[in-house]
Amino acid sequence: MTEVKKTAAGGAISRRTALKGLAAAGATGAGLGAMPGFVPYIQAQSSAPIKVGFQVHRTGIGAAYGRWYDRTTLAAADLINEMGGINGRPVEIVAEDDGTDPKRGAEVVEKFASQLGCDVGFGTLFSHVVMGSAPRAGELKLPYFVVSEGHHVASGALNRWTIQPGICDVKSQVLAMAPFVSKNLGKKATMIFPDYAFGHDHRDFFTAAMEAQGAEVIKHIAIPPTETSYSKYFPQIPRETEVLYHVMVGPGVLTFVKELGEFFGPSHPPIFGFLDSLEAVDLNSPGLEFLDGTYFWEGMPRYLQSDAPDPVKFYRDRVGVDDNGASASDPKDVSTFAHMFGCWETLFVMKKGMEAAGYQTTADRQKLIEAVEAMEEMPFGDEHPQGRKVFNGKTHQVFGPQYISKVEGGKLVVQAETTAEDSFYPDEVDYTTQSF
Amino acid sequence: MDFGPYLVFASLEGAVLAATLSLTALGLSLVFGVMRVVNVAHGEFFMLGAVAAWFVSALGGEALGLPAWAGFAAALVLAPAAVGALAWAADRAILARVGYDPERTIVATIGLLYILQQLTLMGYGPEARPVEPPFNARIALPWPEWGADGFAWTWPWGFGTTSYKLFVIVAAAALLMAVWAVLSRSRFGLIMRATQYDRETAQAFGIPVGKVYAWTFALGAALAAAAAVLIVPIQQAHYLMGGDPLLLSFIVVIIGGLGSLRGTVLAALLIGMSDGVISVFFSPTLAKILATLLVALVLVFRPQGLFGAKTA
Repeated sequence: MTEVKKTAAGGAISRRTALKGLAAAGATGAGLGAMPGFVPYIQAQSSAPIKVGFQVHRTGIGAAYGRWYDRTTLAAADLINEMGGINGRPVEIVAEDDGTDPKRGAEVVEKFASQLGCDVGFGTLFSHVVMGSAPRAGELKLPYFVVSEGHHVASGALNRWTIQPGICDVKSQVLAMAPFVSKNLGKKATMIFPDYAFGHDHRDFFTAAMEAQGAEVIKHIAIPPTETSYSKYFPQIPRETEVLYHVMVGPGVLTFVKELGEFFGPSHPPIFGFLDSLEAVDLNSPGLEFLDGTYFWEGMPRYLQSDAPDPVKFYRDRVGVDDNGASASDPKDVSTFAHMFGCWETLFVMKKGMEAAGYQTTADRQKLIEAVEAMEEMPFGDEHPQGRKVFNGKTHQVFGPQYISKVEGGKLVVQAETTAEDSFYPDEVDYTTQSF
Repeated sequence: MDFGPYLVFASLEGAVLAATLSLTALGLSLVFGVMRVVNVAHGEFFMLGAVAAWFVSALGGEALGLPAWAGFAAALVLAPAAVGALAWAADRAILARVGYDPERTIVATIGLLYILQQLTLMGYGPEARPVEPPFNARIALPWPEWGADGFAWTWPWGFGTTSYKLFVIVAAAALLMAVWAVLSRSRFGLIMRATQYDRETAQAFGIPVGKVYAWTFALGAALAAAAAVLIVPIQQAHYLMGGDPLLLSFIVVIIGGLGSLRGTVLAALLIGMSDGVISVFFSPTLAKILATLLVALVLVFRPQGLFGAKTA
């Protein structure tokens, strides 16, 4: 009791002590900063692990994605190690939380390159974090394998060290969706999307793709990313809307979809959504009954389809996902199934790239990028369970199938599958002409 | 949607925000008014209320097999009580130890904010989890119209609300009345007001100021938690959800006047309704800009707030 009182009266730590401590800490920090970069594998041992710096959204608005990106990545790394690793060396995943924050993202990339001795950076999802981190990866000459969805890689906004070989970008996704939407659901679309880069990609490319189909988007409704209540935006939906297109991300997605149902009541127009709006959310949550009969884009079918081929089942088993797309150990823990395959496939592309480049030390990083750039065809199989892919080395972007599913009896049932070729568009950049 | 129904629709949405905001802001205002503590962790008590509501309703639904309404009713009682108890402990363990010194309490509550947020992240996880509303019927609203055939009721597309949203407005109003009754009619309210008016004299008259502080802090946190329980069937419980209510509460409390119940409720109505209407007709950014501008104007021209008493 006496001790506590002392603290309350004057504080056990005096200002002087605190200042001394701060000064010491500052000096240490400066000292560490002045030291030359710590290079762990100057003489690489063939048995030393290949370190994959995994930039994971463990906290912040991307946390639900981060958890499943984490599981998928570890499952893929385990499989690679069972297969004998890469070039005879085991793979080690060095995970670091970036808080879904661009500034922290750049610091994490820096930490991978200069402190943790990682061979590559990997795994970033949210587009603003990619935008914040990629320039630093370029400066540090760290191969940076992103598993985002944004169009920023293929648009040419980034650099030669940033590459997206495991997941398709928004532009290709919406290009593949527009024919289905305009033919089967309606010619006059209203779009609801988040008001930042990712949503703007949807807005720009889907609007153009609809026009190319002879259809039109009659209204754009942009919703600020920090919004928590959505009903007040819905009256802007024009009465003559023939199909409603929605895509939303962040912790408020369930509210968004629920309020959409409450707004329309029993008489909603045909609805086409990107499953981003319901990633990590149980499709059978109360209030989502109205979704029955509506359509969704899926990067990969969340529910096990009756005709699923073996590689899909193999992938689901290894990651630990049940037939409904939830965790095998907790049916309430719904996965981000439409996106997380990207981590799995990216790791296998990285493995192939390292093998083709004869990757041994961090001095071979440039060879790794060149080896991945040389890739084209990626056949469907255990390493690419989402489907056959075609990689474009010039734009650093992969193209693959997209799935259109309908909600039937509380499950997503695939109605149509598009091919990689359906999602091609003219190159906007040639990274291979840029210097390293 | 036509202008008329649209305006009513936006106002209804704004009213839901105003209702929960007035409860949350009142909690902040009480704590500042009585204790002179700027509680930066107030939004986290809001968040904990939502998380506790999820735990209670999930436990009630799964372990005990209670229907949704019973789980929700239990949450409405237990969540604010639990959060209040935690706040009481935080006051005894932290705020009392730093002697309610204004600067140190700010730093301490910032620390508390991070501790609560990160503990929730560690224990509850990063997901946004839903709580099932006790009832949630969609109510389509009619609109009067004078057409060629004279007066008629029409049913505009999408013009409606839900029974639960109306319940939130009514329940928040009832809670506000209850708080008002406690403050102005009960012995505890009298003691609180005496402490707010003059701490030292109150102490000289034998009022246990320390206890009053602890209970006020608990009450303030419980109010935020109650608001969160009401809102969580509409939004989901998420560990980062405390940020917005905190910011809006500060805006409301500054405009309304710290420690003034009437001012807080009126300012919450003003901010909630204007946020609903302005963000619908113009943009949500403009709504925030205007609210912040209003705060600046109030601080310049009427620093005590619209209804706050001048402090010496």
